[in-house]
Parts: sequence; C-alpha cells; structure tokens
Amino acid sequence: MAEKVLMKGNEAIAYAAINCGCDGYFGYPITPQSEVMETLMKEKPWETTGMVVLQAESETSSINMVYGGACCGKKVMTSSSSPGISLMCEGLSYLAGAELPCLVVNVMRGGPGLGTIQPSQGDYYQATKAGGHGDYRMIVLAPASAQDMYDFVDLGFELAFKYRIPAMILGDGVIGQMMEKVEIRPAKARRTEEEIRALCDSWATIGKPAHRGGNTITSLALEADVQERHNIHLQKKYAEIEANEARYSTYKTEDAEHLIVAFGCMSRIGEAVVDYAREQGYKVGLLRPITLFPYPTAAVEALIPQLKSIMSVELNAGQMVSDLKVIANGRVPVNFYGRQGGMIPDPEEVFEAFVKSINK
Amino acid sequence: MDIKDIIKPENKVYGKTPVLKDAVLHYCPGCSHGVVHKLIAEVIEEMGIQDKTIGVSPVGCSVFAYNYLDIDWQQAAHGRAPALATATKRLMPDKYVFTYQGDGDLASIGTAEIMHACNRGENIVVIFINNAIYGMTGGQMAPTTLLGQVTATTPYGRRADLNGYPMKITELIAQLEGTCYVTRQSVQNPASVRRTKKAIRKAFENSMMNKGTSFVEVVSTCNSGWKTTPVKANKWMEENMFPFYPLGDMKDR
Amino acid sequence: MKEEIIIAGFGGQGVLSMGKILAYGGIMQDQEVTWMPSYGPEMRGGTCNVCVILSDNKISSPILSKYDTAIILNQQSMDKFESRVKPGGLLIYDPNGITRHPERTDITICKIAAVDEAANLGNAKAYNMIVLGAFLKKKPIVTMENVLKGLKKSLPPRHHGLIPMNEEAITVGMNAVEDIR
Repeated sequence: MAEKVLMKGNEAIAYAAINCGCDGYFGYPITPQSEVMETLMKEKPWETTGMVVLQAESETSSINMVYGGACCGKKVMTSSSSPGISLMCEGLSYLAGAELPCLVVNVMRGGPGLGTIQPSQGDYYQATKAGGHGDYRMIVLAPASAQDMYDFVDLGFELAFKYRIPAMILGDGVIGQMMEKVEIRPAKARRTEEEIRALCDSWATIGKPAHRGGNTITSLALEADVQERHNIHLQKKYAEIEANEARYSTYKTEDAEHLIVAFGCMSRIGEAVVDYAREQGYKVGLLRPITLFPYPTAAVEALIPQLKSIMSVELNAGQMVSDLKVIANGRVPVNFYGRQGGMIPDPEEVFEAFVKSINK
Repeated sequence: MDIKDIIKPENKVYGKTPVLKDAVLHYCPGCSHGVVHKLIAEVIEEMGIQDKTIGVSPVGCSVFAYNYLDIDWQQAAHGRAPALATATKRLMPDKYVFTYQGDGDLASIGTAEIMHACNRGENIVVIFINNAIYGMTGGQMAPTTLLGQVTATTPYGRRADLNGYPMKITELIAQLEGTCYVTRQSVQNPASVRRTKKAIRKAFENSMMNKGTSFVEVVSTCNSGWKTTPVKANKWMEENMFPFYPLGDMKDR
Repeated sequence: MKEEIIIAGFGGQGVLSMGKILAYGGIMQDQEVTWMPSYGPEMRGGTCNVCVILSDNKISSPILSKYDTAIILNQQSMDKFESRVKPGGLLIYDPNGITRHPERTDITICKIAAVDEAANLGNAKAYNMIVLGAFLKKKPIVTMENVLKGLKKSLPPRHHGLIPMNEEAITVGMNAVEDIR
C-alpha cells in the first residue's frame, strides 16, 4: 500500500514537486505559503534528484527565473500568495505570450493591497481572466485538499507541457495550512537532457545543434498582422483546452433541485451544506469545478433543466457567480453567498443563506 | 592582383563569422551595438561554443539581438534578463549563458535583478551597453545620462536637483563579492575594439570556471539619440563620457 | 466514528503539535483526518488553536462552528469556545490561569491540572502530552499504541528517544483528569 503521510497542503506541493521530477523552484517568502520553499530547502533535492531550488530577490525575479527555466524545456515552478502573484502577473503575461509551460501556485489570502494573511478566494478573476495584460489564459486548478495540492503539481506540469501554457494551482490559506493525509504517488524521474531535446528541440533554448537555426523565445511581434495571427493561434489553443480539459466533481446532484457551486476549500463546506440541507428536506446538490479555466460549463449546463436555483459560494464578494450567470443566461436564478477578508462561513451559515435565497 | 586573385580563398584576409546571420542590422549607422554583436559572435565562433551558448536579449534597441546571432535566444521582459540567465545557467550548468542589456534595462528598471544575480555570483556573462540614453523609445534620459546632457525628457539638460545623478552602476557591481571580472571598455576605434573582444572572451571563459559573474560594460554612442553624427558622437563620448566613466578593469580575479 | 475537536491556548503550549499527534494517531488506525490551525501573527505569543477532525468517512468541511470536544488551555479560549461545544459534548480545561470557570450544564466538564503535573514530572515540555492523556482517558478514540506510532511518525528520528517520556506524560494525564460534572 502506498505510504500515507500527514502534511500541510503547502508541504504537499513541495514533496510532490520533488517526487514528480520538477527541475527547478524559484520563489520568495510570503505568508501563508512559505512552507513550500522551507520544505524544499529542508529536503535538499539538489542532492537527490538534482532539482534546483533558489530563493529569489523578489516575486518579479522569481517568475522571470521561471521564464528562463521554461525556455530551456525544464519543469519549473514558483509559488506565492496574492500580493506576490500580482507582482508575477507581468511575467505570466510574457510566459503566456511566449507559450511557455510552467507551474505557479497561488495560496490565496485576502486583499486588496497587503490585505490579510487569512484565507480568501479573491483572486478568481485574476487567475481565470488573466491578471496581466493582453488577452491570455492559464490553466487553473482549484485544490480542495492536501492530496489535491500534491496531485495537481504533476497534473499541472502535464497540462502545461501538453499545451505549452502556464498552469496555476489556485489554493487558499485553508488548503495551504491544513494538514491531511496524503498518499505519496510513485516517483517520476526528472527528464534527461536527451528526453528534453526529443520533446522540446523545436522551440526550447537548449543550445543550437548544427541541424537547425537558433531558437528564439519571445513574446514580441511588432507587425500587427503577425501579432493578430499569434493571438488567433492562442485563442484556438484556449478553445481546445476548453473542449478537452474541463474537470469537476459532483455531490448528490442526481435528484437535486438546487445546486451549490463552490471551488477549493468552499466545496468542502458546500458538501457539508448539502448534507445538512438534505436532512432538512431540501434537494440540494453540489458541483465543484476542479478546473476554473477551463470552466466546467457543460456540466453546469447539463444540470440546468432540473434546477430551481443555483448558489455560488465563494470567499470573495462574488466573482465565479458572474460566470454562472452567463451560463444560466436567465433560465434559472443564480444567487450568491460569500464572506470576505479572511472570514470563513460555517455550513449552518451557508445553509441559512441558501434558505433565504430560495425564499426571496 | 586582379579580381580573380583577390577572391581566391588563400588571399582572404577577413571574413564575417558564420555565427552572425546575414540579416541586415536594424541599428542606426554609427551605433555601437553592431560592433559588440560581431565581437560576441566572433568569440562564440573562436571558442567553438555556438551549440552551447544561450543569449538573453533585453527590452530596448537590442531586443532584436536574436535576429543577428545564430544561437538559441531568450527575450526577457524589461530589466529581467539576469533572472532568466540565473535559472538557465543553474538548470544547464554546461551552457554558456549571457545577457545583453542596455543602460535603461540594466541600470534602471532591472537594478534589483542585476544586483542580485551578480551578488549571488551566477556564472553568467553580462554585456552592458551604456550609451547614456534610451535609444528605442526615442532618446529619453537614462540613469547613466550625464549632468547637463540634453535628452527628450531633460530638454534643458540633466539637473542633479531634478533628475538625480548619473549612476556608476559598474562601480557598484564591482563591489559585489559575487563578481569575478568587472571591466569597462569601448568600441570607437580598432584598438578599443580589440580590447573589448579580449574582455568578452575572458568573460565567456570565466563562466565555466565557477568563479562568479563576469560583467563587461561597453561605453557606447547613440548618435541618433544624441542628435549628432557618428564621428562627432565618438568625439563627444571621448570628451564627456570617458572622464566620468573611465575605461579599464575594475576587478579581475 | 467522527470526532470534532478544538484545542485552544497560548502559542508555545504545544497546542498544534498535540493536534498533530492526535491526527497522526487517527491515520495509524486508518481514519480520515484534518488538522486546521489558526495561523498568523496571533500564533506568536498570542492565542492559538487547531481544529482536529478524526472520522471513519471522508471529511467535508474542515472549518466548524460547533465541536464535540473543546480542550481549553487559557481564559481567552474559554471565552471563545465554551459556547461552541455541542450539547452533550466534552470540555476539558487546565484551571491554571483560568479566572472564569466553565458554566454550562449541558456538557461534560473535566479539568486537568497539567501545569502542576508537568511541574511534578519536572518537565514543562510534557505539558501537552499530559493534556492529551486527559482527553484520551475521557474519549479513547485513539489507542495508546496508535498514539505512540503517530509520535514516531511525526518526530524526526533523532527525537525518538523522547517517546517513552511522552508515553509517561500521557499516562500521567490519564490518571490526573478530574470530572467536574
């Protein structure tokens, strides 16, 4: 039987990175995610797998180190929390523009500004609609457990390389700080130089062999028609991702008349609300988007005919709810309940809000 | 010798290095970039490291350096080239990694990245083109613009009380323990070109010796930005820039 | 079986590590567990708490407003968590430093003079294991064997020599817990 270890979500990120053959981590300390780099430094993977771990001088530098590493076809990553991710958004735009694979972990805290170090989901828009400039998307995975934090590192790298796109694990202070049982997966070796060359020689900056000209990684295209062609190419790729990679889970939706939609830690609370509401005689189900981009639009769409209401439950002022309203398009009322500033609702509180929302 | 003799291979006295592509340079006539590009290309050819060299180009006039040297290139966000180079060299220690940055890129927006890469002693080469002005955006003040120098954003000349002082970033870099070789050169005549090439060669050789960062500043002209002719620009540089930015090695260990 | 526990006190009392050992004990007997701490500046010398859930089934919300058991180690935590024990639940507290003792009559209340017992043992670091012993006496949800296995898992090998001392402290706590009502 696979080993099961008690660990924080943040620690799970670090152990998974070492275990799945990550080549490099570049980061800057910020609460509530500093355990990621602390764990890596403690484990010294450069002595075992050869993974590079570096504390950079800033988040700006971290994401640009990721850019440099990604240019080399390496599996590279960083992690931060909301204010640090804002600093990285410039770099993410460049990574997206240059079509580079990488993994970025955001353990969200409350904002705006320096805000609070307590949990939040206030960066949903930033993650799913592009926090940086220029009409790009990232693959966004929303973990709801320490096991998800662990598993999404490998999944994030797989998807990032499959589509040559930045992938983000959008966690929060609850998922980062909470300890749970984590099953350690079979280890993957780091890719060899030969494997990287076989996989990435057509684009990566790994040294120009005699048989080809120099590769250039850039996001620059001064001519409008060239840039437009590139934009259309990117949008095609995003459409392909939307068609193929949406992930979600459901809980008691078969006969549900009311749907709670929640991601990350709030989906855990959402499950408790479903159980509690069913005890009170309400036919409630839960849909948990696992990917926030691509959004599981078809899964929501399929449930709409049986629904009398949808309620989005978020740790923010209402962000994902706007995506649900677009999907529902007036066919079913879409309600919202959220807490902000690091406050976390308990299941009873959400249930009361649900009852109020369907009786208004 | 008639033309047939002249073109015989055995009579060849100079050839363009194949590391330099045949692309027409977009740089203005008289610009120093073309010369420095050629020197880097020649060093790469002479060291036989074309397949092992990764360049990182900046934002500024030399953003398009990747169009001219036939090697693998990364093009960085403004000022961030040393961060890219850091990761690239650490992930591929057997490669020669260099950044090519102007004064706006390196000494203004990218000060944190260059300071910390040099302080960590990354085994990379930094080529720093200092022409005391922003070329690509149309001749605005750079951190290295001299006092009194007229630019698009200091139309009455740079004033210390309004604009601060010209920054001697290379002197700062030389103070950092992580650097092994810090030098300031120029390329306005054949002798200085030869000295700069030697400096670039030494910098590239250092990067495989695990000694730390090698930093080569090239004091350069921007006759378009300076609104003068190439010949006058060289003279202006010698008379005004060299006294403030004196040439020579600051550190070599 | 599902047990939802809040452990609350000052930073430095070993609140978080007590929760961790309990959670590891749960894993040793193949249960699902969550360990959700308060985190941030309040940890540094201020109040500190951790919510531990052990369950035979998958755990939904790791964040709760009511608990089966509250283990309370300072007055601030008494003020905050006494009202949040489910009717019929358990409240265990250390009377040291407590100025207002628990008043509820619909829950079981026990006290463990863990500061005094730790002083008797001559080992202030045994404090949290004494408290853990008191809890396990009242609710033996994790066997001593699994607690010790959990300890072994959560302690780095260089500290495995401390396990017998911890076992002794747990036994002391089990013997010293007093029912109030």
